[in-house]
Parts: sequence; C-alpha cells; structure tokens
Amino acid sequence: MSRQTFLTRNRSIFWFLLSLAVFTLIVTVLADGIGNGMISTSFVKTLGRTLCLMLVAVAMDVVWGYTGILSLGHMAFFGLGGYMIGMWLMYARTEIIVSESLRAAAVPPTPEEIHDAVGTQIFGVVGSSDFPLIWAFASSFWAQLALVVIVPGLLALIFGWLAFRSRVTGVYLSILTQAMTLALSLYLFQNDSGLRGNNGLSGLQNLPGLDSVPQSMVSIAFFWASAAALAAGYVLFAWVVSGKMGSVIRGIRDNEGRVRFLGYHVESYKLFVFTVTAVVAGLAGALYYPQAGIINPAEVAPIASIYLAVWVAIGGRGRLYGAALGAAFVSLLSSWFTGGGVPNIPLGFYTIQWTDWWLVLLGVSFVAVTLLAPKGIGGLFDLVTRRHPVPVSTTDFGPDKGARRTVEGEEEK
Amino acid sequence: MKTLLEMSGVSVSFDGFRAINNLSFRIGEPELRAIIGPNGAGKTTFMDIITGKTRPDEGTVIYGEKSISLLKMSESQIAMAGVGRKFQKPTVFEAQTVRENLAMALKNKRGPVDVLLYRKTRRGAERIEEIAGIIGLSDQLPRIAGELSHGQKQWLEIGMLLAQDPRLLLVDEPAAGMTPAEREHTTDLLKRAAEKHAVVVVEHDMEFIRRLDCKVTVLCEGSVLAEGSLDHVTSNPQVIEVYLGR
Repeated sequence: MSRQTFLTRNRSIFWFLLSLAVFTLIVTVLADGIGNGMISTSFVKTLGRTLCLMLVAVAMDVVWGYTGILSLGHMAFFGLGGYMIGMWLMYARTEIIVSESLRAAAVPPTPEEIHDAVGTQIFGVVGSSDFPLIWAFASSFWAQLALVVIVPGLLALIFGWLAFRSRVTGVYLSILTQAMTLALSLYLFQNDSGLRGNNGLSGLQNLPGLDSVPQSMVSIAFFWASAAALAAGYVLFAWVVSGKMGSVIRGIRDNEGRVRFLGYHVESYKLFVFTVTAVVAGLAGALYYPQAGIINPAEVAPIASIYLAVWVAIGGRGRLYGAALGAAFVSLLSSWFTGGGVPNIPLGFYTIQWTDWWLVLLGVSFVAVTLLAPKGIGGLFDLVTRRHPVPVSTTDFGPDKGARRTVEGEEEK
Repeated sequence: MKTLLEMSGVSVSFDGFRAINNLSFRIGEPELRAIIGPNGAGKTTFMDIITGKTRPDEGTVIYGEKSISLLKMSESQIAMAGVGRKFQKPTVFEAQTVRENLAMALKNKRGPVDVLLYRKTRRGAERIEEIAGIIGLSDQLPRIAGELSHGQKQWLEIGMLLAQDPRLLLVDEPAAGMTPAEREHTTDLLKRAAEKHAVVVVEHDMEFIRRLDCKVTVLCEGSVLAEGSLDHVTSNPQVIEVYLGR
C-alpha cells in the first residue's frame, strides 16, 4: 500500500484551492483597483461577499451534511460576527471624525469629551448618547476581533449544551435554532438593545484611518482576505471531516444511538461541531459586513438561516465543495434576479417580474433538487469521477431516532 | 467466579405496561449465559437497562469490582466501562467501509479532541486485520458496509463488539440469518469470548442454545421464570406452558 497523505486522500481540496486561486487571480487582474477595470468595485465587493457566504455554507455542510444537525440558526452567528467587527469600525471612524472637528475648538477636548461626542454621534439616531455596556471594548480593534470569535462561540456553546444534553434532535432542534435566531433579531430590533435598533450599524465600508485609500483598493483587499479565509476554513473542515472524526460524526448522523453504545459521548461531538462551525460563521460575518457596508437586525432574521440551508441543499450535502458552489451559485443568481438584471417576461395578460417571482423560482428549484437530484450541484462531479467521494447518508435527513425512548422501541430490535 | 453484574428488584413501565417486573439477575466473569423467553418477555428492555438506554423506575444495577451503579451513567460511559452490545438487527454504519466501522469500535480514547488528533497506528491496523480474520471479512475491509449481505453485516457487528474489547458482551440473536456453518462459527466465538469475559446471549433458536451448553435464564413478563441448565428449564412445567408449549 502506497503511503497516503492528507492531500492525496482528499483530492477535492487540491482542486478547490486551485480553482479558488485561479478565480482570485482573474478577479484581481480584471478589478478596478489594480487590474484593468473590467470588473467594477461594487461587483468585486459582491464577489468578496459571496466568498464569505461560501465559507459559512461549508460550515453549514459540516453541521448538517456530515453531522446531521439541521441548524437553522447559523446565520445568527454570522450576523453576530458582523456586529462585533462593525462596532469597532463605527466607533473608531466616528472617533477620528469627531476629533477632527473638535480640534478646531479653542480649548483642546479631553478624552471624555471625545468619547461623549462619539456616543452622541452613534446613538443620536436612537435618541440616546450613552454608550451601553456592550460597547466597552469598541475602541480596541483586537478586543472586538476577539469578540468576533468569542461571542458566536459562547452563544453556540451555551445553546448547544442546553439543546444537546436534553437530547433534542431532528426537527425539534431545527425549530429551537430558528427560535434562537428569531429571538436574537427581535432583541436587536429594539432601540435600547445598544446596537442602534433597526438602524443597525452603517458606514462599515469606510475603514478608520484609511480614508485616503480608494474603495477600489479596499474592495480588492477584502476580496483577498475573504478568499484566504475560505481557503483556510475549507482546509480546516476538510481535515475535521476526514479520518476518524469524520467517521464518528457521520456515524452520529446515520445512527447516533449506535455511536453512543460504542462509547462515544455523542453530545460532546455535536457540541464541538456546532461551536466550531459557529465560530467560523462569525469570522465569515466579520469579513462580509465591511463589504456590505451595513448590518441591521434583519440580517439575523430566521429566513437568512433558511436560505443557508437551501444553498447547501442545492449545492449538495455531505461534500464541502458542493455546499460552497451551492452558496455561490444561488446567492449570485439571487442578486442577479432581484437586482433587476433578468428581463421580465411579458405573457400578454401578465408580466412576470423576476424581482417578485424569484422567490417562487428558488422555492421550486429547492423542491426539485431535493426530490429529483438529492446530490445537488456537487453531484455533477460524480459524472466525471464516477464515484461519490464521501458516502452519503443511507437514511433520510429527517428527524433521527437517537432521542431517548419513552416507549419500548422497535427501531433497533 | 466473581460477580460482574448484579441487577436486583428492577422494574420499568412504559405507559402503564410493565416491561420489566422486579427482575433480579446476576452474571459472573467469566460466564456464558443464554436468555430465552417469548416475545414481549422484556429481553430487549433488559439489555436497554444494562446499557443505559432505558432508566428503570426502581431497582439497582451494580457492575464491576468497585460495585459502581450503572444507573447513574450515560450510555457512552457504560460502554467505556466495558459493556458491549450487539443489536438484533445488524446496525452497522452502512455508509462507511468495513475498516472504518471496525476502527470506530476499536478500543481507544473516545473524547472529541482525542479522535480529532487520532493517528492511525500499526497496532490498530493489526488489530483490525486480526478481527477481520476472526469474522471472515479480511478481503472485505475496503468495502462499504451497506453492500454486505445480511450475514456479513451480522459478522461485522460481532467484529465491532470484539473490537471494543468489552468485559460484558450483550449479544442479541447472533445467529439470525446465518447458515448452519456460520452458526457453528458463532458458537465457537462466543464460547471463546466467555472463557475470559461475561457473555449474555439472547436467542430463540433452541438448537443454538444447546450448542452453547451453558446456564439458561428464562424471562417471562419481565421477570425470571426459571434458571438452570437447558434440560432443567425445559422440563419446568411453567416454562413449557408459556414458551415451549406453543
């Protein structure tokens, strides 16, 4: 038997990284910033955001496609990551602007005065001027960057611990995760949540102290950062789902009761996967929202996480590149359709306006993919390689039977 | 012969139905024990209680030299303490290869971090080869378990049980779906395991039990009806009435 390394056993990693590198290079050469300007700055941002969505989709695939936890709340972690970095961006930039304007005053302003003026600037929109406690670290980039990891991670850890130890599985867990993201968005919608209510955080595309750098350069820098994050996240998750860990989590997906009787503490594994993917989702969000420029509570609404599941389903569960491609394909298509890029279809008696009908089309394709091509877009690669790289679940992806029984069961007789 | 597992006064009800009724049972190490009983006698529930899947309403289950109570432990802790179980219907991981199935069962540290950083060892690979040899699946190791025949899945399940290296083996209908030659092989395997460990076999097939040549416990309506050699219990009029008479 020839010696096998991590990469030779997982050739898809090599191909994914190569495609990503080529794509990044092409976009760089064509971009407005340093290339020949064929791709506009706003489209570079769209592509950069798409890379972040691909990263969170890969994380979602690990949770759902590999471990069998249909989490419909991972965009909450994504949004939290965005909020955490957004707090620093907003604070630091407002501070620079305020200091500039106060410098003209006869008496130089004290740090307290600057701090208060920043507060008035940021919270005036919700009728307040005091910094809430959660903004305590907003002046420090490194502290907020740490919070990008800590806040989603801690929320996932606590939520997951409570849910998994009670053996909540299947659709009930999905509903709980929906409730979590709904509660978070409702909380953030309040003006006194401390994060500017429904206004959200804005102006995030302006990097503090880098006003002289044109957005065309900022956009390409973020594009590279997003590509690097996607590459790193992809390799991390490919490593997690390979080898024995992958074996155990796929075992949990297919029959968690059996894994338990082999001596594995299933709840720890679920918690591990749930938390690690939440942290990666938070990091992806922290890269996404500076490219979007604004984050508001609608971003963590339940529908966002459902979209995430749809991307992964259309892309193909149980293989990482499938999820990534699904996210890229559907989200780019979505912005094309909803952005009015697709011509309307006049039927004589009715005109199909795609801005209205896109969701219907998406819903129909979701149902069609689920019923007719459960392998999704990733399944197309099997036509080339003639095999499935990762054996898929042999059971359906619905509620599993791992929960503790209250009646004398039939399932494992 | 030391006592390995002792159940006393265990009862459990499901929605008012008493599946196990004041059951007391003890097994030593090494010992081979067969359990028979009509359908609904509580054989599966009995195993569920030992492995932690079902919590009894009352009674105690004491295990090992330190006399620890299994009732306070989770399924995974009980499995790690040395209780292995083979299910009646083969429940192998059908989407994974035979080797992966055995590797997962192999006695190793079971924490997420240990598993994440786990590296294949020569000893592990040799142990897998050895077990594959015992269960006759040596040339099937790279195959996906879902492609195996029913009998082969049974063997794989037994292999996974052996890979765990348990002290107490709970084996539910090992011979179902096997050819006579395979049954004989299974009997030998169980007998050999019972030279060192405690083995509890639930089986319907009387011929199979006769070949095991061990103490038999008859369960009926959730409690022990009779216990002793096969000839002893089969001559018991009550046993004949509830089980053999039909």
